[in-house]
Amino acid sequence: MLPIYAGPLETTWYYTFRVICGLILLFLIAPILVVIPLSFNAEPYFSFTPGMLSFDADAFSMRWYEDIINNKQWIHSAKNSVIIAFFATIIATTLGTVAALGLSRPEMPYRGAIMGLLISPMIVPLIISAAGMYFFYSEVGLTQTYAGIILAHAALGTPFVVITVTATLTGFDQSLIRAANNLGANDTYTFFKVTMPLIMPGMISGGLFAFITSFDEVVAVLFLSGFEQRTIPRQMWAGIREQISPTILAVATILVIISVMLLATIELLRRRSDRLRGLV
Amino acid sequence: MSKSLLLSTVAAAGILLAGAASAGNLTVVSWGGGYTKSQVEAYHKPWLAMGGKAINSEDYNGGLAEVKAQVESGKVVWDLVDVELSDAVRGCDEGLLLPIDKSILPAGDDGTPALKDFLPGTLTECGVASIVWTTIYAYDTTKFSGAKPTTMADFYDLKKFPGKRGLRKGAKSNLEMALMADGVAPADVYKMLGTNAGVERAFAKLDTIKGSTVWWEAGAQPPQMLADGEVLMTTAYNGRIFGAVATENKPFAIVWDAQVWDLDLWVIPKGAPNVADALKFVAFSTDTKRNAAQASWISYGPVRKSAAPLVGKHATAGIDMKPHMPTAPGNFKNALQNDFAFWADHADELNEKFNSWLAK
Amino acid sequence: MSDQVTAAAYAGPVLAADGTLLKDRLNKTMRRRKLIAAGLVLPLGAFVFITFMFPIILMLYRSVDNPVVHDNMPQTVAALEYWDGQGIPGEEAFAAMVADLVQARKSKEIGRVATRLNFEMSGVRSVLTGTARKAKNMKAPFKDALIAANDLWGERELWVTIKRMAKPFTASQYLAAVDMRFDIDNNMVMQDEDRQIYVTIFGRTLWISLLVSVMCLLLGYPVAYLLATLPLKYSNLLMIMVLLPFWTSLLVRTTSWIVLLQTNGVINDLMVWTGIISEEGRIQMIYNQMGTVIAMTHILLPFMVLPLYSVMKTIPPSYMRAALSLGANPVTSFVRVYAPQTVPGIGAGSLLVFILSIGYYITPALVGGRTGQMISNFIAFHMQKSLNWGLAAALGGILLVGVLFLYWAYSKIVGVDNMKLG
Repeated sequence: MLPIYAGPLETTWYYTFRVICGLILLFLIAPILVVIPLSFNAEPYFSFTPGMLSFDADAFSMRWYEDIINNKQWIHSAKNSVIIAFFATIIATTLGTVAALGLSRPEMPYRGAIMGLLISPMIVPLIISAAGMYFFYSEVGLTQTYAGIILAHAALGTPFVVITVTATLTGFDQSLIRAANNLGANDTYTFFKVTMPLIMPGMISGGLFAFITSFDEVVAVLFLSGFEQRTIPRQMWAGIREQISPTILAVATILVIISVMLLATIELLRRRSDRLRGLV
Repeated sequence: MSKSLLLSTVAAAGILLAGAASAGNLTVVSWGGGYTKSQVEAYHKPWLAMGGKAINSEDYNGGLAEVKAQVESGKVVWDLVDVELSDAVRGCDEGLLLPIDKSILPAGDDGTPALKDFLPGTLTECGVASIVWTTIYAYDTTKFSGAKPTTMADFYDLKKFPGKRGLRKGAKSNLEMALMADGVAPADVYKMLGTNAGVERAFAKLDTIKGSTVWWEAGAQPPQMLADGEVLMTTAYNGRIFGAVATENKPFAIVWDAQVWDLDLWVIPKGAPNVADALKFVAFSTDTKRNAAQASWISYGPVRKSAAPLVGKHATAGIDMKPHMPTAPGNFKNALQNDFAFWADHADELNEKFNSWLAK
Repeated sequence: MSDQVTAAAYAGPVLAADGTLLKDRLNKTMRRRKLIAAGLVLPLGAFVFITFMFPIILMLYRSVDNPVVHDNMPQTVAALEYWDGQGIPGEEAFAAMVADLVQARKSKEIGRVATRLNFEMSGVRSVLTGTARKAKNMKAPFKDALIAANDLWGERELWVTIKRMAKPFTASQYLAAVDMRFDIDNNMVMQDEDRQIYVTIFGRTLWISLLVSVMCLLLGYPVAYLLATLPLKYSNLLMIMVLLPFWTSLLVRTTSWIVLLQTNGVINDLMVWTGIISEEGRIQMIYNQMGTVIAMTHILLPFMVLPLYSVMKTIPPSYMRAALSLGANPVTSFVRVYAPQTVPGIGAGSLLVFILSIGYYITPALVGGRTGQMISNFIAFHMQKSLNWGLAAALGGILLVGVLFLYWAYSKIVGVDNMKLG
């Protein structure tokens, strides 16, 4: 990278720049990692105890994780989060993919404007979306129900699906469809045998985005859910506002591990998709 | 494809819903933490033991927002809510709550009819009070080597006791305490707050500690803030501080000067699914025995005269509860009752002023 | 050109195999394809409209909707219609008021009327509910009876307020949302100084968003540059460090910042331990504006890095080399050659971060303390605490218009299609 003819000034700058970037990356990553060791704190404190710093085994414990497992509320919230995110993802991915197929057709009228409207749930401040939904969903009896939250989360998740699937489709060679048709395949067959495998990575990563959107969402849940539908983020919100115990850190650690796994999946998919589309 | 998938999804969600809606349990909503625990021990458990309907215990953070949303949408899931006096009155006025016929309340154990046994002002059109609670301020004794704070004025004295203060984020009780710290007698506080000059005086007093204040919103926060050393002293609900002392051995002390006391009442949202059982629960949980038993779990005072002498020791820590009651003679001097009528009228304006003051 | 015309004229109109005009056939096919494309988008369009847009429109309607007094005090509304707003109205208005109060108390609507009027004029609630309790036994002359019940009934201000609130639609919520009000003569005036707040909060919201955008740009630019210039093997690894926060729960990240920044948190402990600050000199870094800005910068930084990176990736490294070999020093060649080409990325990233910032709620609510609260927090306050839903809707309406304007600018400048996620 550093050319051999670089002078002392350039060399200094080169390393300074690297250090700056390192610090910025540290800023990005350190806050996420710092909760992990603290979640094993034996004391109900939020900071490293002297015992932890000297790696005294007694200073560490699994008590906050036991807390989660023994707490019906956390387990119930975890179930809720998964159920709600699962159904919201299915709705968002299905509707989003179908719409993306339409949007990617060259004949689509008013493409930009419609795309703009479909992506708006991602842009409109959540507090406004949630407040609007709160009034309307109360009127039709959807507040304090699973269905209400699933619909809300599906709406908030669709933009991600639309964006990722249309992005996959921009590299899509429309002549493949014509070729399939010429070879005698009907539309349905063509979709499942030609289009679908090619846009699959986009669908899955869009779906994962929709999943994490729902899994992480708290504002709509704050307004729409009853006690019965509390999700993990809702439970964390209450915890942070009221009693910030290290249990929250244990939950946070588990969530970090889940995000690492999701991210790894997305990365693998992205590479596979690039390979399939011949972009690498 | 999308349609059938959507349909099956909706169907699946429907099944899920039906499964989740717990089969007609009595939903009792309260403030969570140590307070809800005291209710579970003193009311819920004996209620279930005598064969009462199964209970869903829920937490909330006060206010009428959820009740209002449920009643106006016609989809009420709460049967019984523990609210502050001002909300019991306002909710009743706005038609959100069911009027409660007081004849369901049993007479006191000493035979006094219920209407005479309850302290004056504790029964409203839609509410039946269960406890007296209060806002006081507390400090961590280990942080003071010399003189300790004893009066409300000390709370505002940054010179004598330098350090962070904790206050509830809201106008209610802060303005009253500020005036009392400024030397206003409890009896004159609301008269004073009714005038612009009085409100200005309260804010001027609050100004003196604004820079060193940490604001809390949920009742569980103040003991936490004291324990973390985030603040030197903080206003708090007395039961929460007592709980930290009794069950977690925290070195906290309460300053019983210029407390602002209030009531918590049971109310039933209009259209609640289990009204008959809710009424039964109200009558059950406010009888003399339960009313006194509640006070052996948390330091909130009973509202029945007949229950007061029955208050004994803490159920697990064995501490004598009487001196910790807000209504104990030693604690009650210089006390002020929260004026619900004043706050019903002026909460909108004063909270606006408070928010404006806070933001500057 | 003329050759084509003659050729077409010679051949006559082009026909399709079945003898119809090819142009018509083409048009028909195009129409059919358009319909198919639109048909594919329709389910999502309908879904988003019903579950998302329609509810928001309905909410905005609440910001002007004002039915409470109009519906529940019909006789008073009629009696005050021709009152000129001078002095106090005549006996018939007082009589109508008493009749309405009796009726509203019976229908349990009196509380709502009182609540609505109390937002406009502090202290009215108890006057209305109190008087309504006595209204049933009142006898003519009602003017004296009402004034005897409460002095306020003799005040012009109360009657002017009722008359103003009698209209089924009102602009008063929007006025309140910009710290204004109607005075007794129905002129728009500024709200009293000690009640002004929302203009300050809107200003602060913009300021925090600007600060966050600038911070994101300052931190995101070098990282994006590094990612774009490193060999793919390394940049992929570093990219994961950028994306991991993106995929980590907002609440987890906010919790982390509380752990790090609080007075007894990791950073303060570290500084005390290393002797940079004393035990008493611990710095307040959270529960204030600083906490909000730090946590939001962290949360939104990936939204800046990604667009910058995708733009920088397209800039051929040879440009810089050419500038250098032509004698420009590294600084000049960076400023004059490289940086201008990254402007689209800067624009896209900054706008996106700014748009997402101004609607932030969760982070300021948890770490913002007193000085770090943004407009969304006040919308939530009026939704959940004060129950002044009309004002919440008006504040939301103003915020929404601002966001949509920025979004429109974004779609003009950047294009919605170019939004990248990971």
